[in-house]
Amino acid sequence: MAETTTNFGISEAQPDGWRGIAADWSSDQRAFKNVSWGKAMMWIFLLSDTFIFGCFLLSYMTARMSTTVPWPNPSEVFGLHVAGVSVPLLLIAIMTFVLISSSGTMAMAVNYGYRRDRRKAAILMLLTAALGATFVGVQAFEWTKLIMEGVRPWGNPWGAEQFGASFFMITGFHGTHVTFGVIFLLIIARKVWRGDYDVGRRGFFTSRRGRYESVEIMGLYWHFVDLVWVFIFAFFYLW
Amino acid sequence: MAEATVHGSGQQLRDKHASAAVIQADAHQEHPIKLYLVVWGWLFVLSACSYLVDYIGLQGYLRWSLILLFMILKAGLIVAVFMHMAWERLAMVCAILLPPIAVLVFVAIMVFESDYTALTRMNFFSG
Repeated sequence: MAETTTNFGISEAQPDGWRGIAADWSSDQRAFKNVSWGKAMMWIFLLSDTFIFGCFLLSYMTARMSTTVPWPNPSEVFGLHVAGVSVPLLLIAIMTFVLISSSGTMAMAVNYGYRRDRRKAAILMLLTAALGATFVGVQAFEWTKLIMEGVRPWGNPWGAEQFGASFFMITGFHGTHVTFGVIFLLIIARKVWRGDYDVGRRGFFTSRRGRYESVEIMGLYWHFVDLVWVFIFAFFYLW
Repeated sequence: MAEATVHGSGQQLRDKHASAAVIQADAHQEHPIKLYLVVWGWLFVLSACSYLVDYIGLQGYLRWSLILLFMILKAGLIVAVFMHMAWERLAMVCAILLPPIAVLVFVAIMVFESDYTALTRMNFFSG
């Protein structure tokens, strides 16, 4: 019986209490065979973030489907007048292309990191951060424009009142993610540039030696931010 | 005795898995740059297409299905290639990609709920 309950069939005395909990959970078991704990944990964090953004989009859908007042037309609300011609969704198109460009540079940075080309990896990460900052900048401009036109979380001049609350909540949360991503990118880019992952320098926060895999984990976060934007673009701006 | 042999083969199997894991642990995600550039290009094309849906002003089911199509293609390319999901083991892929199905179930529930709310409101406001 004892053999079936333990992994190794050894009859050593097992620790009890809190130590016992830690010892039991950290037994020699590993579900993700070729993925490091860092990457697995980033994926699980992203999964939880998927639920958060999923619930935001879900509540937006519920508000939009159940209101009896017409929903403001995003094509016009987010349009811009350039040289007397009104272009629909111009700002949003620019933001989309900026974010997709940054996803591409991030993917290249991961690749050059694994090739131990730290100069190119760091430059591409800085470029990614710059594009991310541009995205947040355009978003700040968009928010300012809408607030000046009278959009508030409790009302707007064009239709259903829930429009403002959904807009500020969803794009605000996404913009916050991009902002933290830029900070995260700058920290990792500095480490790559300095060669921390080549000489095994210990991190300032965890006191652990990093590896070039950190660049890939950073990339997972950044691509996720782009991924969320794909859904926001489709459901909030185009629908 | 029979139990002992079962245990023994189980142990061997575990050892085999363990050594396989050690070999795979060193393999990291490195793929040709050309692949990333091709996917990048496709993401631009698909984004341009979804923007054109609005620019041309398509309406109704054609608009919604095209928006969803381009969205799913873009999301798939990002997850599969940029996030390297295509090369991960199935245990990892399932652990991450299956739970969001719960969100889709939630969507289905809320579609019924909001339809009901809308009908109730229309009924109430009509007097």
